[in-house]
Amino acid sequence: MSAVQTAARGDSLPRSSGGTTSHGAARRWRLPRSARWLGVLPLLVFAVVVFGLSAGTMVFGAFTTPETMPGGARFTGANFIASLHGPHLAALINSVELSAVSALIAAVVGLPIAHAVVTSRFRALREAALAGAGVLANVGGVPLAFAFVATLGNAGVLTTHFALRSHGWNLYSFWGLTLAYLYFLIPLMVLTLAPALDGLRRQWREAARNNGASAFRYWTHVALPILMPSLLGGFVLLFGSAFSAYATAAAMVGSSVPLVTMQIADALSGDVLVGEGNVALALGVDMVLVAGLVMAVQLPLQRRSARWLA
Amino acid sequence: MRLHRVRSVSLACSLVVAAMGLTACGLTSANDVNGGSGKAAAATSAQDLGGMDALVAAAKKEGKLNTIALPRDWANYGEIIDTFEKKYGIKVEVENPDAASQDEINAIASRKGQDRSPDVIDVGRAFAISAAGQNLLAPYRVSAFDQIPKGQKDAQARWYNDFGGYVSIGCDAARVKKCPTTFADLLDPQYKGQIALTGNPTKSGSSFSSVYAAALANKGSFDDVKPGLDFFARLKKAGNFNPVESTPATIQKGETPISIDWDYLNSGYSDELRAKGVDWKVSIPTDGVYSEYYSQAIAKWAPHPAAARLWQEFLYSPEGQNLWLKGHARPVLMPAMQQAGTLDADSAAKLPPAPGNGTTAFPTEAQISKAKQAVAQGWAQAVAE
Repeated sequence: MSAVQTAARGDSLPRSSGGTTSHGAARRWRLPRSARWLGVLPLLVFAVVVFGLSAGTMVFGAFTTPETMPGGARFTGANFIASLHGPHLAALINSVELSAVSALIAAVVGLPIAHAVVTSRFRALREAALAGAGVLANVGGVPLAFAFVATLGNAGVLTTHFALRSHGWNLYSFWGLTLAYLYFLIPLMVLTLAPALDGLRRQWREAARNNGASAFRYWTHVALPILMPSLLGGFVLLFGSAFSAYATAAAMVGSSVPLVTMQIADALSGDVLVGEGNVALALGVDMVLVAGLVMAVQLPLQRRSARWLA
Repeated sequence: MRLHRVRSVSLACSLVVAAMGLTACGLTSANDVNGGSGKAAAATSAQDLGGMDALVAAAKKEGKLNTIALPRDWANYGEIIDTFEKKYGIKVEVENPDAASQDEINAIASRKGQDRSPDVIDVGRAFAISAAGQNLLAPYRVSAFDQIPKGQKDAQARWYNDFGGYVSIGCDAARVKKCPTTFADLLDPQYKGQIALTGNPTKSGSSFSSVYAAALANKGSFDDVKPGLDFFARLKKAGNFNPVESTPATIQKGETPISIDWDYLNSGYSDELRAKGVDWKVSIPTDGVYSEYYSQAIAKWAPHPAAARLWQEFLYSPEGQNLWLKGHARPVLMPAMQQAGTLDADSAAKLPPAPGNGTTAFPTEAQISKAKQAVAQGWAQAVAE
């Protein structure tokens, strides 16, 4: 009986040799169905310690006054109000705009590139392109900022060679920063979309063509609807990546493009503002809420993708 | 089956490991707060320990000093550290040289009682006052305490100003035809995209002071920093403001040909940059004179309490003060040393001439706080795209 059961469950591990283990012993060690979740407990403990505690501290701090203030920590909504007013609000809106715009551009540009890479007949090109995308997707931060400054900054090689400044070029602006972000966002999109594009069966395209569909109709009625959840998933990933980016922007544009991550850094560490730490925590909670909202839009759609691309 | 047994055992193991991890977290702060040298930790002057010789002996026994946020190219700190190490045989560790004042306070507060806690800090005055209020600092009267001007020290000797300087305009004479010498000059169209600060004024002390100085240059006052924000908004509108945070590296590359910064840093850079072929000129703008001092303090639970106290005695000795002066910073004892004849006249002569015979006023704590709030609220709007 037990052999059949194990096989049915798909267990391919060899049974104990000799068959001396009694069924009774096995029974004793088997957890009741209701207690199977215990196996996930270490992960839960880890999640609670690493994510839960820090998130809890953040939320608690966001709603209290600094402990170092006279009178100690008291509950207050002032941090939140401050985080949603004036320059903080402007930075939050700016962050959302920058992330949305750069993620959108990266998605639109990344899709055809990923398609070209995936359908390429040259295996070596495909491998090289994907490996390159893997590297570029992780290039960011200060080195990337300085690469852009050296190339396109005020005294950059291209800027001076082509006198770009007289044509109105300014790297230290919203669009300059978007350009820098695209440098790592597009490769990230290619990496995210490649598996989904691999999942598009060639038969579907042939079937569509046999039924008289044009390439345009195939893309709008078959491919894109199937890819939509992956595209949206990629967009969410890109949005998050741009939304949480800090070092690139800090090194490249300073405060001329206000971003929420830089506001947090200014409040937490600096030579000027004293006792702004709890406002920074409130800004952190704002960021979590924005990220959560974007995720909430994407999650129901994710389920649909399983139907076709699993 | 054995399979199930293995599974249960591994589950039990992970639980034990997880539990141990949690326990370990709870044990990290079990260090002895006072360490072995309780006597030095309680000393509020060298006499408490039996005089300078006893202090030197106790410090040598500790053999180490933890410092934080002391860049070697900042006010000659490199030579100061080397001299101290050589003189007393005490190793000086510098953690995170580019850290900010708030980072220094955080390091003291979060590492209470640990060996890794900083012994001494060099922070903006507002941070020294705030740290004293949080009970993070140990009171200690250096021998020269009485000579420090009254407005520049804490009455309980928990902190005292160490060195300061003026807001100045640095300029790459090779790239800029005519170097600006006043804030009014900066609006000239010839400086398109060239004028940089060292950071965001809500974060960088020298940038905040630059806004204050710009306010004073434009009919503002210690009570009213708004004209300074308006000035930078005009600078931005004229296309002259350059958002790159200026460092010696960006200056050398020509990315920030004009940089508003402390005079001691700009002057220090000109020494450093001359070797690299950059002619870096420094002037203190006559229309916006603003100066500020940093403050020195000892951590309450300094792991090397005697070394921390000896470091202060060294910094406030004529030798230490003259080393700061050599780095173009104005040491707090400068007037006293001038009278006593211990001032290094050669270094003093190299400083950019101080406007108004070196008698500048300082804003009060309340005025600074108000100005900081105004800058925090208005800066982004002033220079945003």
